[in-house]
Amino acid sequence: MSRKIYVPADSSAVSVGADAVAQAIERALKQRAISAQLVRNGSRGLYWLEPMVEVETPRGRIAYGPVSPENVEELLDAGMLEGAAHRLCLGPAEDIPYLRNQERLTFSRVGLVDPLSLEDYVSHGGYRGLRRALEMSGAEIVEEVVASGLRGRGGAAFPTGIKWKTALETPADQKYVVCNADEGDSGTFADRMLMEGDPFVVIEGMTIAAVCVGATRGYIYIRSEYPHSYRTMVKAIASAYRNGYLGEDILGSGKTFHLEARLGAGAYICGEETALLESLEGKRGMVRFRPPVPAVKGLFGKPTVLNNVVTLASVPIILEKGGKFYHAYGTGRSRGTLTIQLAGNVKRPGLIEKAFGVTLREIIYEYGGGTASGRPVRAVQLGGPLGAYLPESMLDVPLDYEAVASVGGMIGHGGIVVFDDTVDMAQMARYAMEFCAAESCGKCTPCRIGSTRGVEVIDRIIAGIEREANVELLRDLCETLKYGSLCALGGLTPMPVLSALKHFPQDFGLLPQEAELR
Amino acid sequence: MSSGLWDKTAVAEIVAELKDREGALLPILHRIQDRFGYIPPDSIPIIASGLNLSRAEVHGVVSFYRDFRSEPPGVHVIRICRAESCQAMGAASLIDYVKQELKLEFGGTDREGFFTLEPVYCFGNCACSPAVMVDEQIYGRMTPERLESLLRKLRSA
Repeated sequence: MSRKIYVPADSSAVSVGADAVAQAIERALKQRAISAQLVRNGSRGLYWLEPMVEVETPRGRIAYGPVSPENVEELLDAGMLEGAAHRLCLGPAEDIPYLRNQERLTFSRVGLVDPLSLEDYVSHGGYRGLRRALEMSGAEIVEEVVASGLRGRGGAAFPTGIKWKTALETPADQKYVVCNADEGDSGTFADRMLMEGDPFVVIEGMTIAAVCVGATRGYIYIRSEYPHSYRTMVKAIASAYRNGYLGEDILGSGKTFHLEARLGAGAYICGEETALLESLEGKRGMVRFRPPVPAVKGLFGKPTVLNNVVTLASVPIILEKGGKFYHAYGTGRSRGTLTIQLAGNVKRPGLIEKAFGVTLREIIYEYGGGTASGRPVRAVQLGGPLGAYLPESMLDVPLDYEAVASVGGMIGHGGIVVFDDTVDMAQMARYAMEFCAAESCGKCTPCRIGSTRGVEVIDRIIAGIEREANVELLRDLCETLKYGSLCALGGLTPMPVLSALKHFPQDFGLLPQEAELR
Repeated sequence: MSSGLWDKTAVAEIVAELKDREGALLPILHRIQDRFGYIPPDSIPIIASGLNLSRAEVHGVVSFYRDFRSEPPGVHVIRICRAESCQAMGAASLIDYVKQELKLEFGGTDREGFFTLEPVYCFGNCACSPAVMVDEQIYGRMTPERLESLLRKLRSA
């Protein structure tokens, strides 16, 4: 029998030595003349345990981690291939509470399968959604997606079914499906994990969207900071073509869908959908006016379904199991699961897919185990670099789009970055302005110039120069950014800045009452 | 990567091969930079004429994107993440260390043409912060001590 050993090829696992571990295992197996198959899977998302090695045994997949190349010989001596006890042994991977307590729908295969094996994908439920979609009309597919309650996971949370309906009902000689894989928000890595750990689910989701609206061409726009994801997607696309899942006459249905992976070039703004379209067209990534929305006039002026990776990867299970199945998860108007990415100063960082409604406190303490430094949690940034900073006292907010909005925050793409009590929040506010200045496309004056002025004003506040007047000026500037910018970069940069000022006034040298919003 | 040398024929071939793709400019620029390490300013007229664009349009795209360089980089490119998660895990000390050690600011290349230092706003490696990329290799949970030994290895290689 051929034994299977799993060592992730996920780029974060690689960043902490997974390639070296895989090489050490291969070398040791050869020396010992043991025949075994080494599978490079995606990551389970338990990153503090990476590199995490799993071996297939009759008791299920037994995990060991974090493993370093120096551990390999002793692990083999201890009987790792039989799942034997060792100080690094974590027991069956799926019994690790962090993983067991999740509700993995979109991520059901990530870390489990060989990402580039179409056979693995299909044997784990892959392409059932597309097969069902091929028997349905576009309107029926839209209905299923609407019924699921799925909202865009990239950050804007717009109902996916409505977007598809618009593209479906806009007549055109050519339509497109574009996947936004320009995951630029710091603290987020769900798109990357999907592309590296289960690329076919992204392809299947895009193909279903294409079948639904009648699009024959598609692009997945991947940021250049993700070279591993790009390489994996390119290989998976080629494999889908070879096996009749892409190209002409998909699965004998007579439908055509051509898909190509494209690389971004280091511009955060290209994660904004209209800037992304400009970039795909070969131009500077400058934000477009909306309306018309991309579903009406998108890539090359044609109706375009443009969704985030996680959104598209959630579609196959919705088509396979039905909109109702997906809708049964979640709370209020936030249906299904949220792929939470826990990072920053936290003991157990990772990917946590849970139904909406779980609280930030549960995530940070029960899953995350508090800070990595062991110091108290002071601030949490939710929703990427444009998301609000929340103080420890506000962590009881449930993760639900509306509930988070009601406390002045946003879920965004689901990233959570934890800071301990050594953080200087005035510096974080300054950084938010600096980031906006670095990444502004330059179209809107408040964003292009206001961000640089914002850095200067915050510097004056920190230095204690006419503090009250400068705080007033900063608020006024944020107002201008918020209402005078076309897209979320200028529009939301005030969120981290003003939330830092509101909740952490002492870091700006202010008394709490001086920082109260007027 | 680059030797600083480039040749017009190779650029013309790349343009000819890719120009009929939809939105061909970014794929062309990536291919040129992969080949030569930068976008030679003199290649811009060749690209512009192949795509029926003005030189200004091509220059505008090259200068818009952080990835595209107009000068050859050093032998090794060090990219450090500046984003929030890495900040929360001590990226500032890495940045201070590298700037001091290499006597470089972000965007700079040392006089020997050996190291180029570039900022990155997130590698998506946030669960293994702080992150540094050296050439094609990504490193997580980086410390100034590990970075020091990494730089030493690169220098002696």
